[in-house]
Amino acid sequence: MTRDDTLPKMTARHVNVFYGANQAIADVSIDVRRDEVTAFIGPSGCGKSTFLRTLNRMNDTVAAARVEGEIRLDGADIYARDMDVVQLRARVGMVFQKPNPFPKSIYENVAYGPRIHGLAKGKADLDRIVEEALSRAGLWSEIKDRLGTSGTALSGGQQQRLCIARAIAVEPEVILMDEPCSALDPIATARIEELIHELRGRYAIVIVTHNMQQAARVSQKTAFFHLGRLIEYADTSDIFTNPREERTKDYITGRYG
Amino acid sequence: MAIGQEHTVKAFDLDIGELRGLIGQMGGVAEQAIADAIAALQHGDLDLAQRVREGDKALDALELEVERNAVRIIALRAPLANDLREVVAALKIAGVVERIGDYAKNIAKRVPMIEGEGADRIEPVSVIAAMARMASGMVHDVLDAFAARDTEKALAVYERDDALDDFYDSIFRTLVTYMVENPRTISQVAHLLFVAKNLERIGDHATNVAEMVYFAATGTRLADRERVTH
Repeated sequence: MTRDDTLPKMTARHVNVFYGANQAIADVSIDVRRDEVTAFIGPSGCGKSTFLRTLNRMNDTVAAARVEGEIRLDGADIYARDMDVVQLRARVGMVFQKPNPFPKSIYENVAYGPRIHGLAKGKADLDRIVEEALSRAGLWSEIKDRLGTSGTALSGGQQQRLCIARAIAVEPEVILMDEPCSALDPIATARIEELIHELRGRYAIVIVTHNMQQAARVSQKTAFFHLGRLIEYADTSDIFTNPREERTKDYITGRYG
Repeated sequence: MAIGQEHTVKAFDLDIGELRGLIGQMGGVAEQAIADAIAALQHGDLDLAQRVREGDKALDALELEVERNAVRIIALRAPLANDLREVVAALKIAGVVERIGDYAKNIAKRVPMIEGEGADRIEPVSVIAAMARMASGMVHDVLDAFAARDTEKALAVYERDDALDDFYDSIFRTLVTYMVENPRTISQVAHLLFVAKNLERIGDHATNVAEMVYFAATGTRLADRERVTH
């Protein structure tokens, strides 16, 4: 193992996020390890999604949002002046709550990223990248005969896997998932969870979920957020069987609020 | 120790309350079975002994009900953290209390074999009663500890097991001596030895329950806790 592999993939130190005058995140420090799935849990409005979005600067698109503190990817400050945000988002990909395929063919949905990032050396190479991404996302066998049909014509679960294929086609290092299963039925949810399990180790994965059981199933580390603060961050098995903090316990056992 | 805040879903609290109630009920039945079995032994009351043997079915039924409830809670409520530990503890404790009932039943079964004809009544029967009170007291206290999530009380039961073991050793020696001196009673006293052994096992089971209560309440294994220096 190289020195690189033992360091956290991403580190956040004393991060504050403000929306105008409102502070959404207060003094959050956390490490995201490269070989693990990290789950963010907490009640609605606790800041977990806001914090997730700071990890690939998605909050830049919100005019009133202001981020303080330090977030590093492999040691490099992602909020540094010379950071290329487009490159950053290729390295730190994102999958959203609602599947949002482009209104284009399945093939184009996946090929778009590698093409604009210049990852493919010609058509054959692009075909290979598309097939590999769709296979890794567990979708290839279902759609290989209709790559030309529109991505939006797929079922919800397939669309979400298409979005995951789209995210991994550009060879990211980190995948952020913001409640990726909340719009899916139980079978599609199980497929995504299985996928997370298979992708683990290849990418650092951070997932925001409202489903405790899901967090317990898919992650190795769990962070509990409450009112913009990180209350507890520990091994998932500890969080769900023996949390240290009273607030964590009250939340995961359904006593919060 | 304070009882935790209520669940947002009130029915969850009712479910857990019902489960605890069933465990308490099982404890009561088991305690009574031990007391009755020993009373039957002391007074040579064969009818009472027979009732203890039949009464064991009630414990089996209660254990089944605990199991059904616990499985339903796990399936419907997906309990986590302290809730999960408590439901799992209840499930395990029910199995142990059922075993305790089996030991009481076994004592009752031996009553006719120990109860000699009139003059053959063997004297050491009297020392068994004190040991039975001790074992039954451990069962009582440890189930109280579960009901109140009281780790101190659980710990006290855990530590009492040594005294019960000493009691057993001394009864064992007494009974062996008695057999040597009264060879005619060997078969009766041999059964009495089993009675003492059963009581000793009941104490072991109560000690196991103490460990479960401690874990359910704290999330730490009793064996892993920081050793308190006396």
